[in-house]
Amino acid sequence: MKRILLTTTFLLLLMGVASAQADSAAPSPPAPPTGVKAVDKPNDHGHAVNISWDMSPDDGKGANSVVTYDVFRWIPAYMDSVAQIRAGLSGIRDTINILDRANRKWSVLEEHLTGDSAKLANDSVVAAQRIPQLRADLKRFRQVLASAVERLPEAHKTYPENGSWRRVGTVPAGQGKYSNVGSKEYEEPDYLPDFSDFYYRVDAVGVVSTTRSSSEVSAPVHSSGQWFNTGRTTVLVFVLAFGFLTVLFVRKARAGHDLYVRPLAGIDAVDDAIGRATEMGRPILYLLGAGTAADIATIASFTILARVSKKVAEYQTTLIVPCYDPIVMSIAQDIVKTGYSDAGRPDAYKEDMVFFITQSQFAYVAAVNGIMIRDLPATNLYMGKFYAESLIFAETGALAGSIQIAGTDEVAQLPFFVVACDYTLIGEELFAASAYLGREPLLLGTLKAQDYAKAAVLLLAIVGLLAVNVGHEANVEWLMKFKELFKVID
Amino acid sequence: MRRQLPFILVFAFGLFMIFQYFVPHESSERAYEFLLDWTTIIGIFALAVGIWSLVSVTIEKIKLRKPAWQYSFFTLAGLFLMILFGFTAKVDGHWGFHFYTSEGLQNPMFRSFFDYILTPIQATMFSMLAFFIASAAYRAFRARNVLATLLLIAALIMMMRFNPFLGPVGPLFEKTANWLLNVPSLAANRAIIIGIGLGMVATALKVILGIERGYMGK
Repeated sequence: MKRILLTTTFLLLLMGVASAQADSAAPSPPAPPTGVKAVDKPNDHGHAVNISWDMSPDDGKGANSVVTYDVFRWIPAYMDSVAQIRAGLSGIRDTINILDRANRKWSVLEEHLTGDSAKLANDSVVAAQRIPQLRADLKRFRQVLASAVERLPEAHKTYPENGSWRRVGTVPAGQGKYSNVGSKEYEEPDYLPDFSDFYYRVDAVGVVSTTRSSSEVSAPVHSSGQWFNTGRTTVLVFVLAFGFLTVLFVRKARAGHDLYVRPLAGIDAVDDAIGRATEMGRPILYLLGAGTAADIATIASFTILARVSKKVAEYQTTLIVPCYDPIVMSIAQDIVKTGYSDAGRPDAYKEDMVFFITQSQFAYVAAVNGIMIRDLPATNLYMGKFYAESLIFAETGALAGSIQIAGTDEVAQLPFFVVACDYTLIGEELFAASAYLGREPLLLGTLKAQDYAKAAVLLLAIVGLLAVNVGHEANVEWLMKFKELFKVID
Repeated sequence: MRRQLPFILVFAFGLFMIFQYFVPHESSERAYEFLLDWTTIIGIFALAVGIWSLVSVTIEKIKLRKPAWQYSFFTLAGLFLMILFGFTAKVDGHWGFHFYTSEGLQNPMFRSFFDYILTPIQATMFSMLAFFIASAAYRAFRARNVLATLLLIAALIMMMRFNPFLGPVGPLFEKTANWLLNVPSLAANRAIIIGIGLGMVATALKVILGIERGYMGK
């Protein structure tokens, strides 16, 4: 008996020691993060919240046991009902697609099938008869979902009843902020409703995911869209200032002030190049580039084409305008037609002067090179947006012995044009070309505004350079932050 | 009014586009997306106009026996064959005309024409660029005057630095090449980009305010 008692006592002692050792081995949770703040994400369309916190004392120091931070949002149970409606909607949509596909596949062959295939075809036709009903269901589900979504802000007010905490994101240790960005489409699963009370909490998580400690819950926050992006204030100020300068110089030009603009060799050469083509009896090739009608370079090219086509019509020379984009072609046709009418020669305009080739880059290059080699144009004008094809055009044109004038805003292509063409309009010169060609006071007014804006940019660059360097040397923070004034936030 | 309407539309939509850049609100974003959809729709209709233009110009060329008119047959054949291959498909062992199949393009000839004719031809055109760069470089680097000589020296340094056959060319070359890229080249690049930016804003303003009407042939 005594032996049994001793053995039992010994075993109990052993278990106690083992248990104590196990307790001491279990990792203790890291200290929780503090000061959790949730604010609406600024300068956005809504549906997003920024969460920040003071990192745990055990993050990078102390026990150094924080591995990640889990960000939780309190979500009302009602959100699950909405998710179910959404899943139903998605299910109906999928069913319609599947039935539709099956029906398309089998109904074509139905008459020629036998056996199991015939049964499958028949089934698909029968199933397809459900599609109109399903479409009606889809519409009804959409309405139900829309009205359910409207009640979401109310459901969020029930905090802390009827809801639960769910993880919305994880960030590694060492970071104290997270953006909970949701979708603006309520049919998407990650939809985040605006104007709802959102509560957040952050857990500091150790090596074992169960060892965690939670922060206090943040104050409620609403997400909403803004009506002005403050990150773009600098741009607005600049646009307004530039607009003011433009209007000022246009008024000056209207009042009859003589506005001097420096001559551009490339522009002056356009008239000579058209004259050369007339003398040689060879055509003029005008390329609008590979851009779309939405590109500013293409728009600038349209205005140059308008002047060129008028001149060409006056000189009775042939004009060839092969186009890369069909919208660009339609506009170019209209421009050239008007140019011929303005020159008093509408009869000389032919539909095949401006034509579409292809939207395949190198197929377009091949076609244009063919024109250059066959028709040997006296003058090639490349105005607009050009990419890898620029040098192929320019070199082929040089081999064909054409006078070449190019203008593009694609910086990477400028060296190629400079090397292979006789004259090149560099960047802004392309945009200024129409004003130079027309010499209209109104257009020259905008050029003057552009020159003053450039001077202002130059001045600001010098002031900024001095401010940042002097500020750095003298350790004056506001001077060092000068460049922040020009920061644009997307 | 017929003449004024396009300008009113340009002014209204141009102003809206400026407005939406500064307004991140959902309603502004949705209106912007709606307008972008319209661009796609107009583009699709314009493509039909484009194809019509290509066909009529090509047929005209054949009719008038213009130089190299024989090649026009290839243009027409390529266009119509690809359309034909795009719309014919073999569904469950039977060939037929299908405007749409759930499995996408089914005709192997469409893929074959694309892979074995169009792609190699395009690659050939692109590879010609290498020879054109060489001939353009030769013309550019002829030391005709001081500036051209400077260009030649800069080009030689860059070529030495990045030529894989020479291997490491020493820290002096590397430093000089990096300086050339990061200081004078970058400064010039940025100056051009600032000019382009201003030019773009000016052109956009001219178009929106109706000062510049050349794009409408005025």
